[in-house]
Amino acid sequence: MVTDAIPRTAGTNDGHANFGRLLTAEWTKLRTVRSTAWSFAALIIAVIGFTALIIFLRVQSWSQMTTADQAQTRLDPVPQILGSGLLLGQLAVCVLGVLVASSEYTTGMIRSTLLAAPHRLRMLAAKCIVFTIPVLIIGEVLSFASYGIGKSILASKVHTSLSDPHVTRAVIGEGLYLGVLGLFALAIGQLIRHTAGAITTVIALVLVIVPLAQLLPGNIGKHVSAYLPTNAGQQIMQIYPKDQILSAWQGFGVFGLWTAVLLAIAAWLLVKRDA
Amino acid sequence: MIEVKDLVKRYGETTAVDHLTFTVEPGRITGFLGPNGAGKSTTMRLILGLDRPTSGTALIDGMPYRSLPDPLRYVGALLEAKAVHPGRTAFNHLLYLAQTQGVPKSRINEVLDLVGLSAVAKKRTKGFSLGMGQRLGIAAALLGNPRLLILDEPVNGLDPEGIVWIRNLMKQLAAEGRTVFVSSHLMNEMAVTADHVVVIGRGRLIADTAMDEFIARYAENVVLVRTPQTEKLREALNGLGATVTSQQDGALLVNKTEAAAIGELAAANGVVLHELSPQRGSLEEAFMELTREDVQFHGPAGIPTGPASGAAQGGGA
Repeated sequence: MVTDAIPRTAGTNDGHANFGRLLTAEWTKLRTVRSTAWSFAALIIAVIGFTALIIFLRVQSWSQMTTADQAQTRLDPVPQILGSGLLLGQLAVCVLGVLVASSEYTTGMIRSTLLAAPHRLRMLAAKCIVFTIPVLIIGEVLSFASYGIGKSILASKVHTSLSDPHVTRAVIGEGLYLGVLGLFALAIGQLIRHTAGAITTVIALVLVIVPLAQLLPGNIGKHVSAYLPTNAGQQIMQIYPKDQILSAWQGFGVFGLWTAVLLAIAAWLLVKRDA
Repeated sequence: MIEVKDLVKRYGETTAVDHLTFTVEPGRITGFLGPNGAGKSTTMRLILGLDRPTSGTALIDGMPYRSLPDPLRYVGALLEAKAVHPGRTAFNHLLYLAQTQGVPKSRINEVLDLVGLSAVAKKRTKGFSLGMGQRLGIAAALLGNPRLLILDEPVNGLDPEGIVWIRNLMKQLAAEGRTVFVSSHLMNEMAVTADHVVVIGRGRLIADTAMDEFIARYAENVVLVRTPQTEKLREALNGLGATVTSQQDGALLVNKTEAAAIGELAAANGVVLHELSPQRGSLEEAFMELTREDVQFHGPAGIPTGPASGAAQGGGA
């Protein structure tokens, strides 16, 4: 039985594992562990659930809100709608992004993977593509869905529409933000190679470091905080730039740059380090 | 064929592999022996491109592992019992590996049958015993029908039936003309499996020889002789070309000579014998003696010296 020849499919002799095959293999890896389904379920529930809940509570407590708050919501409702589901929802993307890379190391599976795909950069590239595409698709769907839900709950108090200036960009931007955030977390998982340590690091970068930076005195604090990865990235969901330092796309570009640099370091170390 | 040339791997101050050179030829089983911590696994990881050598090369059919097209079709490797995600089923673990090489799905069922895991193919591997994990690792190694197999301690965790199974499998694979390179820290296991043996200790090459030759050299018969006329017998034996070593209690250990020949020699010279007993030197003891200085983790007590220690010295180790 061992001697049976295995038919070779076309394009096998290009010197390295064929990239299309690596994509297929990474997709198999992603869909055959439970953490993927759980993380996407958590993402969907958190984004839709919290958007509905928080906007509903806001409408319920409308009469108790200060006139200034009411005016703020009327003037700029989109970030409130998008932000209410994102705060927790983004953590699911962070956890999944870390796991996709770090679980290879914590389970020892990386050795099986690298024996099959010894060209490590191709393997990492395939992993990034295969993970980012579903996050982007689900992110965009969730983004439009949560905007629609928030908008209809808020309709009795505030009117907003995708045709208002910059609103479409902000809504599309939330999906893009989640896609880049997934890559950002994947890069950190690949760098740190331990699930717990990597998740802690990502959550610190996403949730903790921003308020800390704002404690820095005056202008310095403002500038540092504006350039922090997720703060910069979330500019794309703003209709009016928050701090006048980075525009929507500039901020998103800064977030992309952070991610690209982390990925480059992770890739360099992946090639250099022993597996 | 595997060619290891002047291979060195250092981790900080520690030298795990120290200027190692050897080749592994196709069509036979080459045993890779050494005490725990001798650098066997590190050497295998260097051959497989998982670790980078500090210097030197390890080539597979003239190429570094990382340059092999569809490497699983060239080389099948078993490194640790569990290089798998515990939450994934056995079938899906093999599926993603097969997909990277363009190996058809039907082959997955073939190798699962071959290792006897078909019944648990759809089970998550977290419930697998050590032996089942080992079988799954062997299934992964055979997936690409490779010409070369690198197996790190494959009998680990296997029950006696599993051990016989893996021995026969390795013999079958070698008989088909494949290269089989298998590590072990158990000399006796290798003595019944391997055709050729590469012995290392503390990362250095100690022996690279045919198994038969290794056995003949290190586990030859030794005869224990007691006589009141020690000097006379020793002279006579030296005349025959035998190697003679004295024990502390006055007994002699004689190598390279049959007991009968010693008895006849004694009679011819009028030497009285009080004892004449052949001692079968154990291969395991010979191996321990050979690698003693290179063992990294000694037990608290010294290794007891048996008659075989004389054999090893007499053999010119």
